[in-house]
Amino acid sequence: MSQSDSYEDIVKARREEKFAEFEDERKGLLHKFHHALHVTPALVPLIVLVASIVIFGVLLGSRFFSPFALTLILQQVQIVGIVAAAQSLVILTAGIDLSVGAITVLSSVVMGQFAFRYGIPVPVAVACGLACGALCGALNGFLVSRMKLPPFIVTLGTWQIILATNYLYSANETIRAQEIEESAPLLHLMGAKFQIGGAVFTVGVVFMIVLMLVLSWVLRYTAWGRHVYAVGDDPEAAQLSGVNVKGTLLSVYMLSGLICAFAGWALIGRIGSVSPTSAYEANIESITAVVIGGISLFGGRGSILGSLFGALIVGVFTLGLRLLGADAQWTYFFIGVLIIAAVAVDQWIRKVSA
Amino acid sequence: MEPILNAKNLVKRYGKVIALDHCDFELYPGEVLAVIGDNGAGKSTLIKALSGAVVPDGGEVWLEGARVHFHSPTDAREAGIETVYQTLAMSPALSITDNMFMGRELRKPGIMGKWFRQLDHKAMEDFARKKLSDLGLMTIQNINQAVETLSGGQRQGVAVARAAAFGSKVIILDEPTAALGVKESRRVLDLIQDVRSRGIPIILISHNMPHVFEVADRIHVHRLGRRLCVIDPKDYTMSDAVAFMTGAKEPEAVAA
Ligand SMILES: Nc1ncnc2c1ncn2[C@@H]1O[C@H](COP(=O)(O)OP(=O)(O)OP(=O)(O)O)[C@@H](O)[C@H]1O
Ligand SMILES: [Mg+2]
Repeated sequence: MSQSDSYEDIVKARREEKFAEFEDERKGLLHKFHHALHVTPALVPLIVLVASIVIFGVLLGSRFFSPFALTLILQQVQIVGIVAAAQSLVILTAGIDLSVGAITVLSSVVMGQFAFRYGIPVPVAVACGLACGALCGALNGFLVSRMKLPPFIVTLGTWQIILATNYLYSANETIRAQEIEESAPLLHLMGAKFQIGGAVFTVGVVFMIVLMLVLSWVLRYTAWGRHVYAVGDDPEAAQLSGVNVKGTLLSVYMLSGLICAFAGWALIGRIGSVSPTSAYEANIESITAVVIGGISLFGGRGSILGSLFGALIVGVFTLGLRLLGADAQWTYFFIGVLIIAAVAVDQWIRKVSA
Repeated sequence: MEPILNAKNLVKRYGKVIALDHCDFELYPGEVLAVIGDNGAGKSTLIKALSGAVVPDGGEVWLEGARVHFHSPTDAREAGIETVYQTLAMSPALSITDNMFMGRELRKPGIMGKWFRQLDHKAMEDFARKKLSDLGLMTIQNINQAVETLSGGQRQGVAVARAAAFGSKVIILDEPTAALGVKESRRVLDLIQDVRSRGIPIILISHNMPHVFEVADRIHVHRLGRRLCVIDPKDYTMSDAVAFMTGAKEPEAVAA
């Protein structure tokens, strides 16, 4: 080779090398904290949640800091919590699902109407409702993955379509709680209560918590979970490195629809009746929970448990401020502040070196 | 000798730009074929057509004498063609291990793996660590660190390690040393020789002429979307090669 190459000779012989070890001293406390947040993004909402429980506990004493009040929060957030699980999956893929509320209510209406209007056995009606949710999700997934339309536009459209279908199909009719109690108690299953000491739980609350734990396990420990993150991070890179991007997106939207249908079932348990006008605020509330939970709207970052904490934070503020006798607007005020703070923290975490 | 991978008349258009203009290509068993050409000559498009990342508008691709139709990079990977793309194709927020095993994750043995589809993180980490130290990328501290926390060169090293670890028939490297340091480039060149000695042919795209002339058995000169000529590095100088690829000199009926 020409002599211009000779400088490479020095590295031609392999030498034993050690892992470069960095001293951690130079990193201050802030740096360590930043690193911890980078690795465990659900830490911020967890800290905020604990802090807000402590603050309201100090302000309100046992009126707030009791098993009854704290589990009441769980019951109040169960629908939003379940829907937020669905929303988290979609947002992890850098998408957004504006149709979650509509799917939730349509699924609950299908369960109710199938049982009452057609006299279908209740378990089958419930299954039909769940299938309806999955189908709506599949429609979203198809439009996003195959037609390559932006998720925001797709779900803005299907939101209207599904909601209109819901009103047209139900003829704006509510099925009363009493009727359900008498002839289709299975529809109330998610609302069934049980007590442990002073704490009151419902099946829906347990479902929400188990769902979150299962999803967080699946996202972390299965290939599908890793693919969800990869697709949200950089879809082109994911495609080139062998991920079935379309299939992953389709499955995420379908699963989101199915989870919303479960939320619809829980909704019947929560409000007692089947009403086509319920759950209209589930969209915004679920996105709020996800954002406060520290999942990045740019996709690929965050932990689904964060969304559970996010939903609980909203619940804590709502109940706490109400018990304090504050105007309900203060709740919205603080939620707004939290949203902006959460996004600011997200930007800070995303910076690799603080 | 039969080529292991060849292509005939490949055409790829991007709107009005013709990235591949009836391009032919041959790769023989056990060889290192360098592909050189100006920026925008269509080198990356050519290898993408061979690796399934781009579906050509026209032309044919043959692997070991059989016609193949790759519709996605996964198809090509399953056929044993492994590629390091110029853009590296890594998910920045995921760990080195996650990236190395993306799309071919290992599952745990037993019930957890079979029924719950749990991944075997430990096995994947050990494998990734071994492959990286083979490449001399020991300066990476933690196999679980996110790829975005690596330097550009370290990322490239991880991508090369991934391809070398999994390629069984053909390995394609699109500018694998562009961001690497002197020592790391040397490791990649060593690795290329290693892989060749295992009998696996390599396609190497590079702008670094000394490297090309050092490792290549043949050099495919790409110009304006097609193969201009194939030269033997023993018969030509680096200046000749540069003259061909820039159009300063016409190859006189070269057959190599
Ligand atoms: N995705 C794309 N969309 C539109 N045009 C493209 C696309 N990819 C490549 N091209 C065009 O095709 C031509 C060939 O590009 P290609 O990336 O294959 O060049 P290259 O030889 O790899 O160059 P370099 O040495 O800079 O990597 C260029 O003119 C480029 O503008
Ligand atoms: Mg290129």
